[in-house]
Amino acid sequence: MALMLVKFDMKKRVKLAQTIWFLYWFAVMAGVLVFSMGLFFKIELRKRSELMDNNESHLLPNVLILMGLITCGVNAFGGKVCYDSLDPSKFIKWKPMLKPFLMFCVGLNGLLFVTALLCFVMRIPLQYTLAEGLKNGMRFYKDTDTPGRCYMKRTLDLMQMEFRCCGNDHYRDWFEIQWVSNRYLDFSAKEVKDRIGSNVDGQYLMDGVPFSCCNPSSPRPCIQGQMTNNTAHYSYDHYTEELNVWKRGCREAMVSYYGGLMNTIGALVLLVTMLEIAVTIGLQYINSSLSSLVNPEDPESESEGWILEKTVGETFTDIMANMKAMSKGGKVEEAEAGVATVS
Amino acid sequence: MVVMKMKFPFQKRVKLAQGLWLLSWCATVAGAITFTLGCILKTELRRRAEVMDNSDVHVVPNTLMIVGLASLGINIFASKICQDALDAERFPRWKNMLKPYFAVSCFFTVLMLLAVIMSYAMKGSLESSLKVGLKNGIRFYKDTDTPGRCFQKQNIDRLQMEFQCCGNNDFRDWFEVQWISNRYLDFSSKEVKDRIKSNVDGRYLLDGVPFSCCNPSSPRPCIQYQLTNNSAHFNYEYQTEELNLYLRGCREALVSYFMGLMNTIGAGVLSVFLLQGSVLVSLRFLQTAMEAVAGNENTEIETEGYLLEKSVKDTVMEFIEPVMQFFLFKNQVGEGSSEAPADP
Repeated sequence: MALMLVKFDMKKRVKLAQTIWFLYWFAVMAGVLVFSMGLFFKIELRKRSELMDNNESHLLPNVLILMGLITCGVNAFGGKVCYDSLDPSKFIKWKPMLKPFLMFCVGLNGLLFVTALLCFVMRIPLQYTLAEGLKNGMRFYKDTDTPGRCYMKRTLDLMQMEFRCCGNDHYRDWFEIQWVSNRYLDFSAKEVKDRIGSNVDGQYLMDGVPFSCCNPSSPRPCIQGQMTNNTAHYSYDHYTEELNVWKRGCREAMVSYYGGLMNTIGALVLLVTMLEIAVTIGLQYINSSLSSLVNPEDPESESEGWILEKTVGETFTDIMANMKAMSKGGKVEEAEAGVATVS
Repeated sequence: MVVMKMKFPFQKRVKLAQGLWLLSWCATVAGAITFTLGCILKTELRRRAEVMDNSDVHVVPNTLMIVGLASLGINIFASKICQDALDAERFPRWKNMLKPYFAVSCFFTVLMLLAVIMSYAMKGSLESSLKVGLKNGIRFYKDTDTPGRCFQKQNIDRLQMEFQCCGNNDFRDWFEVQWISNRYLDFSSKEVKDRIKSNVDGRYLLDGVPFSCCNPSSPRPCIQYQLTNNSAHFNYEYQTEELNLYLRGCREALVSYFMGLMNTIGAGVLSVFLLQGSVLVSLRFLQTAMEAVAGNENTEIETEGYLLEKSVKDTVMEFIEPVMQFFLFKNQVGEGSSEAPADP
């Protein structure tokens, strides 16, 4: 008993072939889309790799690029086969290749589904990479004269302005590190000496933040320095002040940005997987309907199409039997070779 | 004296019609692109409408949108005409429409060229509009509690950060304006009282700039206040410091941005104009070649096609004469009727 048997006459076969050819072209576009999404994601990761300590995993975009290319190629080939299926003389040359090609397509669909799952799962390692990277990035903010780190200040400032965030978890992270370079500190001044003396590591710590934390929506000019000192500024209460600097932490901002991106890409790859499954089933119907003609001489006779020739259980036992036969055949050859070497 | 006469054997006519059909579809797409470019330009100008004093420069995107839509219509018509051109029965029904059609098409094509010229010529108007708009924006920066002006601060800050500029001409514009609201000034402190007394209008002026002028590429944390006082900051010299703030003025930045946009769009529209012109010229040749065939039994004869039946001067006179006659006739009637009652 075949799985999902459908009767086909000439007209229905032609319609099926045309529809599946059309769908294959959509699928080629979908493959290009997957490729370009992988490329876009790779570029986004490279743009901010400094903030992730150059440690980020490029596994996901590489997989997306590879799957996009393979999908494109496979679908173009499938479209050509569909186009030729309407002409019996052309179809003959593709016939022997079709069964392995369909098996390959099924495998590819499985891989696409795994890729979609990967998109949703890879958020978690990215979160940790971002947390580590941002913490280190803030420490190197002041090192504008150290080769290899001289652009960290600019990168961090631009990131805080673009993502509207301040610090790692919140703006108070800036109070715990020295973000003013020693080159611009007057070590003969009393104020500087006091601050350096006030902590174990001899760092110049202050209750101030860089200008990139400032919120333009604030009604008053930005208060960056002496933030915890209410008397230093007129009509200012640092507990109730909400609009002065960005309240959100940059780790949260970046994680939500990249997480959203990965969710969108994952959803799109799922849709592409469903399209691929549809075209694979269509091609299987075309293949089975053209190989089961009632009258093999007459191309216009009726035929039947199916997804699997026998039921799922029977097909599975057939495959297992085939594999056993192949391994037994191998064992027989080994035994013969063993006998040959012994004797 | 016919302008640009050309011989058209049957095969050449067929090739002309097919080529024209393809060309007119390309021109339709080009017309749609022109409309889109006009929309993009208008959106960009609207986004920065708060720092512009007048909307004179909006004539460029408006013209582009009108011309784009017109060009869509013209080219769809052209493709329909050349589809019917090779069929001797269907072609005559277009006969009456073609003259006004060519007049309208020429008008819109010339309008397209005008739009391109305007996009280069509007620089002066844009610059003066921005000068006044930015001056007002900087003056009203502190009015975050005045309805209608409460978003000026936010707009100016975002503008300065996005275009990497400071002030109108340069950052010193901020020294001449009070940009801190009175709500945040302690009028009992000596420093505030000194500054307010130091100028005629009683404004709190200082040698400082808002945070949005700060340049992230600077190696040191941003120095916003006491900019002219070298001793207020360690290892700082006001005359040689280049990376601390943005040195460019916002007017210059905005003008160069919008002129770049309009120049690119102008170049694109110029190529659309050339395409449109070639479509109209080819259509005219096809029309005149097919008109010579009309009435003949054998549709495969060789005919002549031309651009204008008479010379350019004569054709222009031909168009203007009806208009002149209309005015002259009116005058004559007027004179006659004013004379009649005078006669007894």
